[in-house]
Amino acid sequence: MTEDEDTLLDVAPGSPHNNIMSEVVAYVIGLGLALGLTVVSFWVASTSVIWGPGVATGLVVLAIAQMGVHLVFFLHITSGPDNTNNVLALAFGVLIVFLVMVGTIWIMAHMNANMAPRPELMNLQMQH
Amino acid sequence: MTTEAATIGLTHGGSEDTGLGHRGPESKSIVVPYGFWLFVLSDMILFSALFASYATLVHATDGGPTTNQLFDRNLVAIETVALLVSSFVCGLAMITAKRANMMWTQAWLVLTGLFGAVFLFIELYEFAKMIGEGAGPQRSAFLSAFFTLVGCHGAHVTAGLLWLGTMMAQIWSKGFKQHILRRLLCFSIFWHALDIIWVAIFTIVYLIGTLP
Repeated sequence: MTEDEDTLLDVAPGSPHNNIMSEVVAYVIGLGLALGLTVVSFWVASTSVIWGPGVATGLVVLAIAQMGVHLVFFLHITSGPDNTNNVLALAFGVLIVFLVMVGTIWIMAHMNANMAPRPELMNLQMQH
Repeated sequence: MTTEAATIGLTHGGSEDTGLGHRGPESKSIVVPYGFWLFVLSDMILFSALFASYATLVHATDGGPTTNQLFDRNLVAIETVALLVSSFVCGLAMITAKRANMMWTQAWLVLTGLFGAVFLFIELYEFAKMIGEGAGPQRSAFLSAFFTLVGCHGAHVTAGLLWLGTMMAQIWSKGFKQHILRRLLCFSIFWHALDIIWVAIFTIVYLIGTLP
């Protein structure tokens, strides 16, 4: 099988390692980390120990960390040379996601702030 | 190698430069999941647009119910754990499928589907409850954005469950052939990616939405 030799130079996203123990251990570690981060997220959201305005930022950081855990332990995206193509595609995807989300939120918030507050439009405004 | 190179119309003989390196094109077991990985990433870009519109419209409630009044964190916690365990079990199924173990592969895939179904039922229960309370997608811009974002994820999970059933039937009838394993690998990439999107949903929509 020449395919086995080829896989030394490139691996597909999601394709597991070659040793059954290390494969299972990778998934178990991933599950443990993801569960831990989820529990911390729910705790951070409900506790009053943490400074209120910082909670949302902390939750976003925890979510990004958990996405990283999923990518590494479940999808097996690594920094190894066999993963270059997968990582580059991911990096481009992250760039576009970042541009779409931050760009939209930034621009729409400014447009909303500059909208004339006519009474009949009050309901369309972002009111708390 | 040569047969696969021929199938996509490329050959590499002697010193001829194909632009594909000295080894020629990658094998299908790399190219197919890589192409699917690109699809999954474009799917995440689609979701980023839905997230952006949700974040823009979340306070446009038109006097209707707000995030704090609608969302139940306990239900979301159960949903999150169900989808996470489903993703984990899907990984175990991949490990056994690679070793051509029919019984364990089918068992893990059934569990994957069951946990996915638990997630989907809770989500549908939540949707039905909200619509029953008059908080349907036509109530306000916020609720339209909410049902579009979370509903789109739910539609992906539904499609994933149908795909899962198809894969179980294919493994059962055709065995662990190379092309079947490629399809199963693509399914697992899809399923793990849905879990990644759910992490963003439960954080941005449910947790940040229910902060005091």
